[in-house]
Amino acid sequence: MLTISNLQASIGEKEILKGINLTVNAGEVHAIMGPNGSGKSTLASVLAGREDYEVTGGTVQFDGKDLLDMAPEERAAEGIFLAFQYPVEIPGVSTTNFLKTAMNEIRKYRGLDPLDAVQFLKLMKEKMKLVNIDQSLLSRSLNEGFSGGEKKRNEIFQMAMLEPRLAILDETDSGLDIDALRIVAEGVNQLRSPERATIVVTHYQRLLDYIVPDYVHVLYKGRIVKSGPKELAFELEEKGYDWIKAEVETA
Amino acid sequence: MTPSNQPYNDLKSKLLADFQAAEERMNGASKSALHQLRRDALSQFDRLGFPTIKNEEWKYTNVGSLIKEVFEFNAPAQVTAEDLASLETARLEGNVLYFVNGRYQPQLSQIVSPAEQMTISTFSEAVQNRPEVIGQYFAQYADYHENAFTALNTAFADEGVVIHVPARKTVEAPTILRFISDGRQMNVASQPRNLFIVEANADIKVAESFRTLGDQASFTNVVTEIVVCEDARMEYYKIQNESDMAYHIGTTQVYQKDRSHFYSATVTLDGGFIRNNLNIALDGQHCESHMYGLYFPNGRQHIDNHTLVDHRKPNAYSNELYKGILEDRATGVFNGKIFVRQEAQKTNAYQSCKNVVLSNDATMNTKPQLEIFADDVKCSHGTTTGKLNEEAVFYLRSRGIPKDEAQMLLMYAFAEDVIRQIKIDALREQIERRIQAKLAR
Repeated sequence: MLTISNLQASIGEKEILKGINLTVNAGEVHAIMGPNGSGKSTLASVLAGREDYEVTGGTVQFDGKDLLDMAPEERAAEGIFLAFQYPVEIPGVSTTNFLKTAMNEIRKYRGLDPLDAVQFLKLMKEKMKLVNIDQSLLSRSLNEGFSGGEKKRNEIFQMAMLEPRLAILDETDSGLDIDALRIVAEGVNQLRSPERATIVVTHYQRLLDYIVPDYVHVLYKGRIVKSGPKELAFELEEKGYDWIKAEVETA
Repeated sequence: MTPSNQPYNDLKSKLLADFQAAEERMNGASKSALHQLRRDALSQFDRLGFPTIKNEEWKYTNVGSLIKEVFEFNAPAQVTAEDLASLETARLEGNVLYFVNGRYQPQLSQIVSPAEQMTISTFSEAVQNRPEVIGQYFAQYADYHENAFTALNTAFADEGVVIHVPARKTVEAPTILRFISDGRQMNVASQPRNLFIVEANADIKVAESFRTLGDQASFTNVVTEIVVCEDARMEYYKIQNESDMAYHIGTTQVYQKDRSHFYSATVTLDGGFIRNNLNIALDGQHCESHMYGLYFPNGRQHIDNHTLVDHRKPNAYSNELYKGILEDRATGVFNGKIFVRQEAQKTNAYQSCKNVVLSNDATMNTKPQLEIFADDVKCSHGTTTGKLNEEAVFYLRSRGIPKDEAQMLLMYAFAEDVIRQIKIDALREQIERRIQAKLAR
């Protein structure tokens, strides 16, 4: 589904990704872990098409198409979803209104008829239950004045509505209490299917208790320096990142 | 006597000569109190002259190019309903009064409110039929000793609308005054003069709309005086949608008495060179004043909003929110002055001006001015000017919304705070359509 080859990216003069190689197949959940500043969020942003970063080398194929050549909205329409680490507050635009616009733009891209108000509301009701989000929150301006947990739940709610083929969760666990964490994980797990894949970017193993990955990768200084099964996450939790750093430095 | 078609070296001397010529045609009427007042206003105009940018009030709004133009102040008004169709004005169920090049057009107008709810007439009719109203209110509020344009309008005041709402009457139908500059044949100028008196505990909604036909230059110098008496309530909208060749200088002067409420929204969609003065005197206790503004200049348009809120009595409330979106090489000005006089304890006065500048060549000048002489008040002001939030654009795009649409959605959301203050539905919907069309281009 997703093939990243030798991906390099910088912001300004600073090189952040120095050659990432990663293959994600349909049905898989990959966890990307690593110390702060290793490039985890940059990878998520580059995949979603954030223009602050300049891709200086490498390729990314999504279902055989050149992902790097697409605008962020085209990536979304192709089925990529980024759950933001810091969801943006947008005064004056309600979540409901925004999501309806987004869904219908994506449907237009795919050659589908727009959803009418009744179909949209029905779908919304169904997905609201999934992430235990309140109607009143969705009528308000997008993320404006939401608590950290509410913002993250809103991200997962949007993901549930848009049903992406590849979801990228950028530190979705940061700042969540255990109840919110469970709700978020539950939302992600319900979307797991043989046709979909998920990339979970996280600093801590905690989220992975609830979203069990098939593979764990450790990102350090802009490269994937270690990959392994889910047990690698437990090892990292126990021993921290220093042993990985030491391995890299001596290699 | 100088014939009026002789060229003058500047607009000021032409106007002074026009006044004199008109006076000579008046015979006995020139001795009337009204005319004496006009003459006084003319002498003030003569003394003041057109302002230059050395005048602090006109620092960013240079009328130099306006006064170099030659305008016909008595242009013919031949506009048919078909001509008006091109303006795509909103169909309003209410009182609609059309003026073309300053002349009233009864054949295009309709008055639906019963006479017991309000008296509505043209300014010239009021001068003939209700001289006591003109004598009592005309030029008593809009000071012509400081502002040359107000002095000029006062000196030449002969047409516009006079509305008088008797005590305890609610005028259900909205009233919209449509001022059209027909610049299809020549450069035209008009100086509408309006007077609205809302007696105690009465209620009315009035909109003034300014439009242009054709692509010659137009100059509108409008003055509106509004008196809102005890416990009365007024909604006032000023909607400007004029050509890039339009010059518009306007003053709305509001006088509020005890417990009166005044709501206003000034929406400038298009117009080449615009200066709006909104001056409100809260001369009563427990008054409320709400002022909203929205402006959207693009190209080389210039839009200047000056507001003055004068808190004269205790326990009153004023709130002001102006928002602007500036594109291309457009320039905008917001100058918001709040006076709180010594007597006006327990005043609450709030002011905010927010701007989005979409181009590096567009300029916005903002200047809040608070002068507070009372010690027990709550006042705040704030202005912001910035670009569209790029992070928000990316967020929307990452959900599948194309860039142009994402930007439009954000700009519309930004403007929405002001748009929803327009409570005349047909008018608001028309404005929404125009804003969306302008954003989309």
